[in-house]
Amino acid sequence: MPADSLVKISDLSFSYDNRAILNGINMEFPRGKVVAIMGGSGCGKTTLLRLIGGQLRPSAGAVTVNGQVVHEMGHQTLYDMRRRMGMLFQFGALFTDLSVYDNVAFQMREHTDLSEELIHDLVMLKLNAVGLRGAHALMPNELSGGMARRVALARAIALDPMLMMYDEPFTGLDPLSLGVIGQLIRKLNDALGATSVMVTHDIHESMLIVDYIYFMSEGRVVAEGTPDELRATKDPFVHQFLYAEADGPVPFHYPAPDFSVDLLRSDARG
Amino acid sequence: MAKVQDLLIGLGARVTDRIWRLGFAMRFFVMLLVYSGQTFARPRLLMREIWFSGVLSLIIILVSGLFVGLVLGLQGYDTLQRYGSADALGVLVALSLVRELGPVVAGLLFASRAGSALTAEIGLMKTTEQLKAMDMMAVNPLARVVAPRFWGGVISMPLLAALFSMMGVFGGYLIGVVFIGVDEGAFWSQMQSSVDFFEDVLDGIIKSFVFGVAVSLIAVFEGYDSVPTAEGVSRAITRTVVTSSLAILALDFVLTSFMFGS
Repeated sequence: MPADSLVKISDLSFSYDNRAILNGINMEFPRGKVVAIMGGSGCGKTTLLRLIGGQLRPSAGAVTVNGQVVHEMGHQTLYDMRRRMGMLFQFGALFTDLSVYDNVAFQMREHTDLSEELIHDLVMLKLNAVGLRGAHALMPNELSGGMARRVALARAIALDPMLMMYDEPFTGLDPLSLGVIGQLIRKLNDALGATSVMVTHDIHESMLIVDYIYFMSEGRVVAEGTPDELRATKDPFVHQFLYAEADGPVPFHYPAPDFSVDLLRSDARG
Repeated sequence: MAKVQDLLIGLGARVTDRIWRLGFAMRFFVMLLVYSGQTFARPRLLMREIWFSGVLSLIIILVSGLFVGLVLGLQGYDTLQRYGSADALGVLVALSLVRELGPVVAGLLFASRAGSALTAEIGLMKTTEQLKAMDMMAVNPLARVVAPRFWGGVISMPLLAALFSMMGVFGGYLIGVVFIGVDEGAFWSQMQSSVDFFEDVLDGIIKSFVFGVAVSLIAVFEGYDSVPTAEGVSRAITRTVVTSSLAILALDFVLTSFMFGS
């Protein structure tokens, strides 16, 4: 990976209530690239995003964004940095009391002194980029899942962020919306000159649009490479994930005692 | 023996948990006050919350006030006329309402109408990650979401209590003067001479203000601290109504003993 990285994660560990979630993670996100972090549910991917955004503090190691260590920032510096970050939440997290237009205008009104005319033009520009200019007057409860995700995307890019973070952008979308969101992520990244970090378990959609992939399992990075490298790899974990095999290095069963032990227990109600 | 031990451990855990939560709520209150400056710098946000907490509670407050006044008029007349002092009906109705029933009943209604709505709204915003999203956009949810709702409630409550008392007095007048025929002059003049602004009205306003702070704080805290699931939010709403009702009754006793105890 090239040396000029916007985000650098070094020896990062994080525990929650003495339970280790992340264990010595090292990653780099070069400027201008779209990088995916993949892995099964509960492997610590979303936690990683929250550590990059400074919503959690690491137990060890550090996340560096644009040369600054995130957990050492004061409240104001952190907020200044977040103004230059955009995040797309899993289910959009649109403000339900605001219209589509006001959702996209939210950050502009909070953080800038732009006139309402200028904000209007910018909002329309952002909504046009996601194809929903015509939906500006709707309320979030009137949108389909895919539309809500696109509005959230328009809102996330409202202030032209340098870093975009996507938390499971493909979850619960129909195949058409899935492709639309995937293409938007790539196009917006290139148009904005931003860097994107995408946490996902949708392997096929991501392989089409990303530059680099990290595979995580149980809080560690287990494989990494470009999509082509990963397709060619013999790594059993990547193979299991790519071809969606039920059992393999990632076991199908949650850790449990031998089946016969559970079946023969007389007080088997707990 | 082991069962007793478990019981004691459970009891201890529950007590420390409550105390811990109380401490957390106080810290939350301090942070809320710190971020309140921005609320008053943006009156539009505040007006919106006064609309939701205050204006939308008007119907239940006015109707309840009227009925409480009607009942007070009937009961008061029934008792007073036994002693031949039915003319004092106005005083009885006004003092009961301004000192006690206005702030307390309006407070209880406010807790169940506006308090529960506040908790539900903030709790659902938390559940749907809206608060987290706002924080990631470098907008502090305490300043943008919680503080305006808190102050909206604090400002609305005394106004609602005053309107409740006003409707109550009107109800008492309707029953006493219009239907039963108590002398109108005596009804109003005795009320005017016996109800003192500083002793009675102001104390009632202070009470309703204190209840407003208590109910609004409990409501926004329970919402903000709710477990972000459907069950968690529903429990938080229940806690808001139960805790704020008890807080109103307990605070009312404390305030009454200070105000009228001597």
